[in-house]
Amino acid sequence: MGDHHVSMPADILPHLTVDAVEKRFGGVVAVDNISLAIRRGEIRSIIGPNGAGKTSLLNTISGFYRPEKGSIRFEGHDITHARPSEIAERGIARTFQNIALFAGMTVLDNLMLGRHVHMRAGVLASFVYWGMAQREELAHRIRVEEILDFLELQDIRKQFTSALPYGMRKRVELGRALALEPKLMLLDEPMGGMNQGEKEDMARFVQDVNQKFGTTIVLIEHDMAVVMDISDSVTVLDRGRKIAEGTPDEVQRNPAVIEAYLGAGHQAGAAA
Amino acid sequence: MFYRESGVFKTSYAADTALMPLPNTRIGAALAGVIFLAVLPMVFGEYGMSICNLILIAIVGAIGLNILVGYTDQVSLGHGAFMSVGAYAAANLVVRMDMPFWVAIPAGGVMAAFIGTLVGIPSLRIKGLYLAITTLAAQLIIEWTINHVPAISGGAQSTILMPPPEVFGVVLKFQWQIYFFLMVFVIIAMVGAANLIRSRIGRAFIAIRDQDIAAEIIGINIARYKLYAFAISSFYAGVAGVLYTYYLGIANYEQFQLTVSIDFLAMIIIGGLGSPLGPVFGAIFVTLLPILVRRFLETFGGYFMDYSTLAATIPSLRLAIFGSLIIFFLVVEPEGLNRLWRKVRNYFRTWPFSY
Repeated sequence: MGDHHVSMPADILPHLTVDAVEKRFGGVVAVDNISLAIRRGEIRSIIGPNGAGKTSLLNTISGFYRPEKGSIRFEGHDITHARPSEIAERGIARTFQNIALFAGMTVLDNLMLGRHVHMRAGVLASFVYWGMAQREELAHRIRVEEILDFLELQDIRKQFTSALPYGMRKRVELGRALALEPKLMLLDEPMGGMNQGEKEDMARFVQDVNQKFGTTIVLIEHDMAVVMDISDSVTVLDRGRKIAEGTPDEVQRNPAVIEAYLGAGHQAGAAA
Repeated sequence: MFYRESGVFKTSYAADTALMPLPNTRIGAALAGVIFLAVLPMVFGEYGMSICNLILIAIVGAIGLNILVGYTDQVSLGHGAFMSVGAYAAANLVVRMDMPFWVAIPAGGVMAAFIGTLVGIPSLRIKGLYLAITTLAAQLIIEWTINHVPAISGGAQSTILMPPPEVFGVVLKFQWQIYFFLMVFVIIAMVGAANLIRSRIGRAFIAIRDQDIAAEIIGINIARYKLYAFAISSFYAGVAGVLYTYYLGIANYEQFQLTVSIDFLAMIIIGGLGSPLGPVFGAIFVTLLPILVRRFLETFGGYFMDYSTLAATIPSLRLAIFGSLIIFFLVVEPEGLNRLWRKVRNYFRTWPFSY
């Protein structure tokens, strides 16, 4: 998997650099001196037991947490202390573990919100809705319809998201993130709580996004089969620290990983 | 005449995003237009039209509050005060500088929007009940300030006499004239609000209401949009305040006290929060109900008590009946009159063959 990006010239600089970041909550160190270098166009999985600090790390990257130490750079810009909305404008989108869709809106409007940073209409233009605001609205509607086609959501576009089944809502959330046309997507357990069929669909969409749009993907996932299957590289966290990193094969053989997952004394290879 | 999608096929995204996508809705709106613009003014006399005018003014204010409370989910108990800001700003412009209505009305709106934005600043930090308290404080502070600064309030009675508006050389003296004058602003207010809600700005408001964390993550600057909501909402309030002042012929702070703020909250809650027609239904309901209740008591009260006790009890009885009717409505239909309207509409959607 993932050979498509190897020849890309922009590979020399990491797309996202997390440098010695630390985030504390009182006495608890949720993210402890973690450094990452995510290459442009790769699928990077972050795995680890519950409470390892995976979501905290994602929250720090997307601007919800202010790290106490360290820095985060995206495409050469320091985003360590940027607001979440600024980080979104720079091209980082994310989804949430427990789905954060706008329940009082249709699928269509949820995706249109993903276009927010690309639209310009202000209060007055929207109030009049004549000329510029309407043209802009329709132009972005076309982009959203493309995404609806891509994720096979056409038939539910006018439904309220609160009425959708769980797996569909996860897919709509992916669509909303995709509508932002992000360069980097942070996916927090996109397949959590899904059945096998839904997982396969989602894995296929994630790979499609990666290959068709060249989007860099950072993925938190518990399903090891999926992780090992679609990732270019894997980072393993445990109790806030990074304990291993490498290709899926390397990580699977790493004794520290096996210990973190299964406790000491197990044979190499058992972690998968 | 019914609301039915069946058989209506849209061939462009422009048609799909239209305010009234169905031909039946357009016919209905046209019919409502005929009723409100031609039939009502012919049927009602001066008194009837004056009540219609009160409703129109309430609609403008309620639409504004609905943008803030219904769509953005920020509570405000200061709507009455924002109306008074608009009212006094306009009255001063008209009386001291002899400004025409088309300057005074937007100017009153802008002044109210400015004050409203200042009052909205705490919303960046606090939500819900706490925000309600800060806006309540703003209501009282604004009331006090207007009452105690003669430069604003025009002296001892805190009252400024407002000359009637003059349109194309015609001074609007009769209620039916004022009615058409107000109707222009009601239509602008309604269409403008509907446009806001279906476009980028309104979607951002609803996003903040539904999931503020997710709103931030897709690039909405929450602080800025909350202040937009306060500004737009108080602009509407300011305009409603100016219109009310033209209607009354005086600017008087007693017309804009806390009870007015609460009445407006009642309107949008009864009408249905975050719905396009809710404020209209709510404004009609809350304005008409006390008037009808009093009429009812005056007509039939004589059967239950003698007239001298009746005259003494009508004011309090009116409040009691008004209050209990509101409670009754909220229990029966918590989502407001707009929901009731939708139920009726949906019933006829497939009528007479429901399956």
